[in-house]
Amino acid sequence: MTAVIEAAGLGKRYGQNWALSECSLAIPSGKVVGLVGPNGAGKTTFLHLAVGLLQPTSGSMRVLGARPGASPAQLARIGFVAQDAPVYAGMSVRDHLRLGAWMNPTWDTELAADRVAGLGLDPNQKAGRLSGGQRAQLALTLAVAKRPELLVLDEPIASLDPLARREFLQDLMQVVVEQAATVIFSSHLVSDLERVCDYLIVLVGSRVRVAGDIEDLVATHYRLTGPRRDRGRLPGDQQVIVEDHTDRQSTFVVRTSAQVLDPSWTVERMGLEDLVLAYMARAAADARRPKLAEAR
Amino acid sequence: MIRLTLRQFRTGAIIGCAALAALALVITLTGPHLAEVNDAFQRACRAVGDCQTAPNPVFTEYPQLQVLLPVIGIITPALLGLFFGAPLIASELESGTYRLAWTQSVTRRRWLATKLAVVGLAAVALTGLLIWMLDWWAGPLDAVKQDRFSPGVFSWHGVAPIGYTLFAFALGVAAGVLARRTVPAMAITLVGFVAARLAVENWMRPNFAVPVHRSFSLLTTGFGSLQLSAPSGTYSLTAPPVVIRNAWVLSTALVDRANRALTGKEFIRICSGYAHLGGEPPTPAQIMSIHAACVRKLSLTYHTVASFQPGSRFWPFQWLEMGVFIVAALALGGLAYWGLRRRFT
Repeated sequence: MTAVIEAAGLGKRYGQNWALSECSLAIPSGKVVGLVGPNGAGKTTFLHLAVGLLQPTSGSMRVLGARPGASPAQLARIGFVAQDAPVYAGMSVRDHLRLGAWMNPTWDTELAADRVAGLGLDPNQKAGRLSGGQRAQLALTLAVAKRPELLVLDEPIASLDPLARREFLQDLMQVVVEQAATVIFSSHLVSDLERVCDYLIVLVGSRVRVAGDIEDLVATHYRLTGPRRDRGRLPGDQQVIVEDHTDRQSTFVVRTSAQVLDPSWTVERMGLEDLVLAYMARAAADARRPKLAEAR
Repeated sequence: MIRLTLRQFRTGAIIGCAALAALALVITLTGPHLAEVNDAFQRACRAVGDCQTAPNPVFTEYPQLQVLLPVIGIITPALLGLFFGAPLIASELESGTYRLAWTQSVTRRRWLATKLAVVGLAAVALTGLLIWMLDWWAGPLDAVKQDRFSPGVFSWHGVAPIGYTLFAFALGVAAGVLARRTVPAMAITLVGFVAARLAVENWMRPNFAVPVHRSFSLLTTGFGSLQLSAPSGTYSLTAPPVVIRNAWVLSTALVDRANRALTGKEFIRICSGYAHLGGEPPTPAQIMSIHAACVRKLSLTYHTVASFQPGSRFWPFQWLEMGVFIVAALALGGLAYWGLRRRFT
């Protein structure tokens, strides 16, 4: 399995602030990758780095084996839908399809026309007059008709109503099946991703907290509840993600590839949403700790 | 990429061409008449033998157009900078469509280069045609007035407006990249363009070549005017204006043979007649005789010297002025490219 995106020590700084730091990962091809994290976590920065809109401050990134945005050929292999699906308000749907054909050597005219017809978009309609859902579909059409090997979508459904959201995701899944492209898309809602993704990256506070196949992640994370116990007394193969203690009781979220056999624990499997929340809680705790140390 | 640029630029191009066509109509309807009026006058005055003092009726034809067309010629480069240059990149940055444009299979450098070339060329073509029409229309007036070199006329003739246009356009683009918004970019463009034009007109153009000096007898020019500031009792002299055909007169002064300027004190010493007036208000005849005596006495030691750029330098100055603005435009184009790389990478 080859990696579509490989990042090593990737970082992007704006002035004093690191929007993304120490990001190292390898995303396998053929997946539908969800990039999840709260607003401002660095999702857009990561995706913009992947499509060549930004250059990294530190580290390196290779997308489909080349530096992102380095050449027209490299640009042609990646389809991108930016946040809020920007389109030219004064230009018609047909103009946008022409634009795609003019600017992309790999453009599939038939596919684009079929999609627009299938979506029920009026080719003469000005893009500025489309609904949010239609605009997102138009932007997706532009990205898809390039016949990209990698499709990158930045919060494609954040601004859509529930119905448009579902339609968009169904449509996206169809594209994935038809084109066999790798898809990576970001969201701050886990429920969006759960239905369609098979690979997950959790990005919180400018750092990648966890990345992996969703099946593996769900299979290796447990919530343990039982009598109060110190984290030092857990087995070494259990990596503690978060812990919570009351006077009598302790709750741990652990990651382990082995089975949890200790009979004093109540062991629960975790849903994807809980799992992501656990990593967010851990990131929040990490962020608090140095400040507490300073206060003392 | 060229086709996309043309498509995006369509509205601007249509408006620009429509405005030019409307002006062309006005100019072709009025231009021939202007030439006829002048020709008729030249024939008539030559018959009488007085073409110098007789009033030429060409100056009273289309008085509104004689004011309006030069104004259009002067502001067009600025308008093109404001409406073609400033929104070119700023609107993409403002609306976020740059994220769409830069992720098609075209590199950012080519995207910028194509936009600059296509819209820049269109701006130059519009200005070129406009100035060519204005030159033709104002031909009879220029031939009579012979003041093409004066700043108010120079700047809407010849090739300099091409330079102004490229400069205003590049300034608009660069301001758009740095400000990232269309309206502030327009404001920067307007202020920057006016400042650059004034700076070149007042400080650079007069020194494109060393000015030529020529002396005139006071008997032909007069001594100009004298002002007495009452509290301090000092006099200040303003040297008389001189007219040199087709030349740009930069300054005049009253000097003696050793090139020393006439002072107010010296003036009063020589022209003592003015000081003795006092009492009764003088009659016009008295003033005339004092005046004539004063000029006669002054002219024995003093003369008027004019510093000017002769008419033969009109075209070299036009090309130089265009060159100065094109060099600045290229620098601004580079700044725009650098700004895009720096702020969006």
